[in-house]
Amino acid sequence: MKPMKIPRIKNGTVIDHITAGNAVKVLRILDIPQKQSFTVSVAINVKSKLGKKDIVKVENREIAHTEVDKIALIAPKATINIIRDYKVAEKHKVELPDTLVGIAKCSNPTCISNGGEPVESRFIVLDKEKPRIQCYYCDREPDDIASRII
Amino acid sequence: MDFTGKDIISIKDFSKTEIDHILKCAEKMIPFAKGEKTLTLLEGKILSSLFFEPSTRTRLSFESAMNRLSGRVIGFADPTATSQKKGETLADTIRMADAYSDIIVMRHPSEGAARLAADFADSPILNAGDGAGHHPTQCLLDLFTIFHEKKHIGKQNVVLLGDLKYGRTVHSLAYALSLYGSDLTFVSPKSLKMPREVINECKNLGATPTSTTKIEKALKNADVLYVTRIQKERFPDLEEYNRVVGTYQITMDLLKAVKKDLIIMHPLPRVTEIDPAVDQTNHAVYFKQAFNGVPIRMALLSLVSGVKL
Repeated sequence: MKPMKIPRIKNGTVIDHITAGNAVKVLRILDIPQKQSFTVSVAINVKSKLGKKDIVKVENREIAHTEVDKIALIAPKATINIIRDYKVAEKHKVELPDTLVGIAKCSNPTCISNGGEPVESRFIVLDKEKPRIQCYYCDREPDDIASRII
Repeated sequence: MDFTGKDIISIKDFSKTEIDHILKCAEKMIPFAKGEKTLTLLEGKILSSLFFEPSTRTRLSFESAMNRLSGRVIGFADPTATSQKKGETLADTIRMADAYSDIIVMRHPSEGAARLAADFADSPILNAGDGAGHHPTQCLLDLFTIFHEKKHIGKQNVVLLGDLKYGRTVHSLAYALSLYGSDLTFVSPKSLKMPREVINECKNLGATPTSTTKIEKALKNADVLYVTRIQKERFPDLEEYNRVVGTYQITMDLLKAVKKDLIIMHPLPRVTEIDPAVDQTNHAVYFKQAFNGVPIRMALLSLVSGVKL
């Protein structure tokens, strides 16, 4: 199937090199578009030199890289491009922060973070390159991180 | 070394030097723990003893320790008589206990409960067991028993026997003994082997543990034998429990070929894994081990309250 073409954006953010098939999860992590009214374009399974990838384009909004870094959990090779007047004004690779709060659910059903307490889930990042996280509360490391994303 | 206000959540929160200090402080507490001398170190202080799960030794020894230090104890051993029954969160219960006391000791069925409690309380939290998670004061009293009986902890041959899969005490102890360079042998039925992540942690600390299903050979050169109960309540499948229960029993016959100064430990309660005849031998230290819960907890309660020992 021919990849879907999506137009260039004048101003905004392009998240490129998302692991193929994970674009929707990236949007969920970034809480887009629920709380935003910006135009968002998503391309899934786009062919590239390094195989298939997903791309997300958010128009008229520059997403701070500290906000986007958490997507490294499921898209460790993603790049963030800030677009101004059709040109790439800034570009950087995502990097996981030291802790992740409220974006994944602990895989241990008897962890206190799953027990109706007034706390958000919290994970300590053990490995930023090959994402490994550990529950701050019960020390459990989820095997399949992507499936734990809230 | 200052432990004032420190939460005690996991044995992994301590360095070897810190553990050594706690063990030495506990040694000083023995005559006071026995009631031979009296202490007023925590006079005027209140301990909240919050047990959301059943306990005999841990709860009684914590309460005894606080009383021996002239402190007072409030709390509960049956959560059904508290507002938890009305749906109160643990966070809110902890806020209350924090307002009413100076130290909080807690046992809870959920893993991570102690870590959460520590985030909601200004007073130090002493974890008395959080589900299948951590039980650091048990680990410290186990270490203290080896320290007290053998006069040091180091390159001894230590055999951990029984349910090594579900038993939280053996996980913490294997970690802590690796800090001390002990030679570890894990003996268990195949289905109850020490989890790989625990073995890897030991290896990361420089230990080279070996695993086997045969008790006789492992016991030959052992200095310490740590026996655990096969815990029926942890088995999802009763048939699997029936297959492994009774695999090992420490009998007088088995002890014929062991070192004279071998010590046998057990976190208790025991069922059939140690023949009662063994109780009379010099090897058996499990009842002393249970007593050691008092001096170790006296040391911890004093240290987190800022008392210099």
